[in-house]
Amino acid sequence: MGKVGIVSYGITPFSKDDSKIESVLLKSTKKLFDNSPNLSRNEIDAVLVSTNNNSKYLSAILSEMSGIQPKIAHTIESLCNSGTNAIVSAYSYIASGLADVVLVSGAERYDSPGQILEWDNSRGEFKHPIFWASIFTKSYKREFSITDEDLAIVSVKNHKQAQNNPNALSEKAYSLDDVLNSKKLTDDLRLLNCSRPCTGGASILLTSEDFCSKFTDDPIWITGIGQKTISAGFTKNTLNYMESTRLASSSALKMSKHSSSEIDVAEVHDAFSVCEPMALESLGFTDKGKGMNMIKELHAVNNFKINPRGGLIGSGHPLGATGIAQTIEIVQQLQTCANKRQVDNAMIGLVHNMSAAGTSSTVLILEK
Amino acid sequence: MTFEVELRKGNFQVAECINCKKIVWPPSDFCNQCFNEINWRKCANDGKIIEFSKQYDYYFCLVEFENAIKVIGKISSGIPNKDQHVRIQRCGMTNDNYFFEFSLI
Repeated sequence: MGKVGIVSYGITPFSKDDSKIESVLLKSTKKLFDNSPNLSRNEIDAVLVSTNNNSKYLSAILSEMSGIQPKIAHTIESLCNSGTNAIVSAYSYIASGLADVVLVSGAERYDSPGQILEWDNSRGEFKHPIFWASIFTKSYKREFSITDEDLAIVSVKNHKQAQNNPNALSEKAYSLDDVLNSKKLTDDLRLLNCSRPCTGGASILLTSEDFCSKFTDDPIWITGIGQKTISAGFTKNTLNYMESTRLASSSALKMSKHSSSEIDVAEVHDAFSVCEPMALESLGFTDKGKGMNMIKELHAVNNFKINPRGGLIGSGHPLGATGIAQTIEIVQQLQTCANKRQVDNAMIGLVHNMSAAGTSSTVLILEK
Repeated sequence: MTFEVELRKGNFQVAECINCKKIVWPPSDFCNQCFNEINWRKCANDGKIIEFSKQYDYYFCLVEFENAIKVIGKISSGIPNKDQHVRIQRCGMTNDNYFFEFSLI
């Protein structure tokens, strides 16, 4: 199986804009073309669109609007981890020899239908994500003696880091008191503990090893992929640990022949503040219940190792674009072009993208 | 599906496989372990609070029945505790959404 590299990308600012989904898709694709002077339209074998939008045939639409006539064109939807699922599909097309050059474009509108999983009736009247997040938070705090003040640090850190991300939704840094006094959604969740739905697009170009050098001298290789789906419904979940993440991480690290201690920089799926320590524990960065210690230590010394672009809390969460935006961040980090967000000596990076309260997870390992 | 017809009448039914006797949750017309037919029966009325939180002036909690079925619903009155037992006081459907209300035991 040949290597698969990431050779270009394009991303839009994340906003509350009322733009049509097709416009959002086109905008980041145009930026990708602007960044890829050697890319000709007839080289693109596949166009994959990642979104939860209800519009149909978006891959063919994006292809037509971009003047591409690909062999393979379709949409990929898996709620919040649609983006990395689309990247895994692109990888598979290339590794199998069905394609050499694949464009993946993710987009979402602020009013995405992907925020609510209508099927999951076991959640009763409590289908909005703030309810599973409240139950996760309560359970995590109870199990590991963590306080609201501890968890507020996640939001403070990620909004702080987002101020160095020109595409982030967040426009300001917040204090611990700002987070603790922000609008109360439930007894266990405040507004600033949440990532916010928004409008945004992110595109990425993947190629087989032979094609990489045409587009860049500095390809980033996907060396590990792990995925796991435990269930669709929230009520089958563990409440203070992400089992799908643990299994996906273990597979991805095994494939890349690395261990979590070798990871220099990571984007983790902080849909809500409690998700960041839980993810760090489930990914193997630290022991169960110790995620907040790691976060506090990094925050205290302004180390951007975890969620340098501000994560979902700081950047905003345009569902179908999120996994691709996370991947672009790690690519920029490994190419040493992340400007004020740059983590020192970043050689190996990790992307963690999950869906529906961690019922499904994708983990990617990227390397120079 | 029988489950929803009964739930609309306020009855909480369980799907149990006729072959392997496993409870199928969420309810389905076939067993998710062996794809055999299922049998409908009344759910045990006694459940246990797995976790809870509060919005406005009501508590919502994740409750487990028969070690197999978990649903989220409201507490009708009182302050819940983890592992406390509850009964289904009211259940049904509003439009296409299920709802459950529990009373503390």
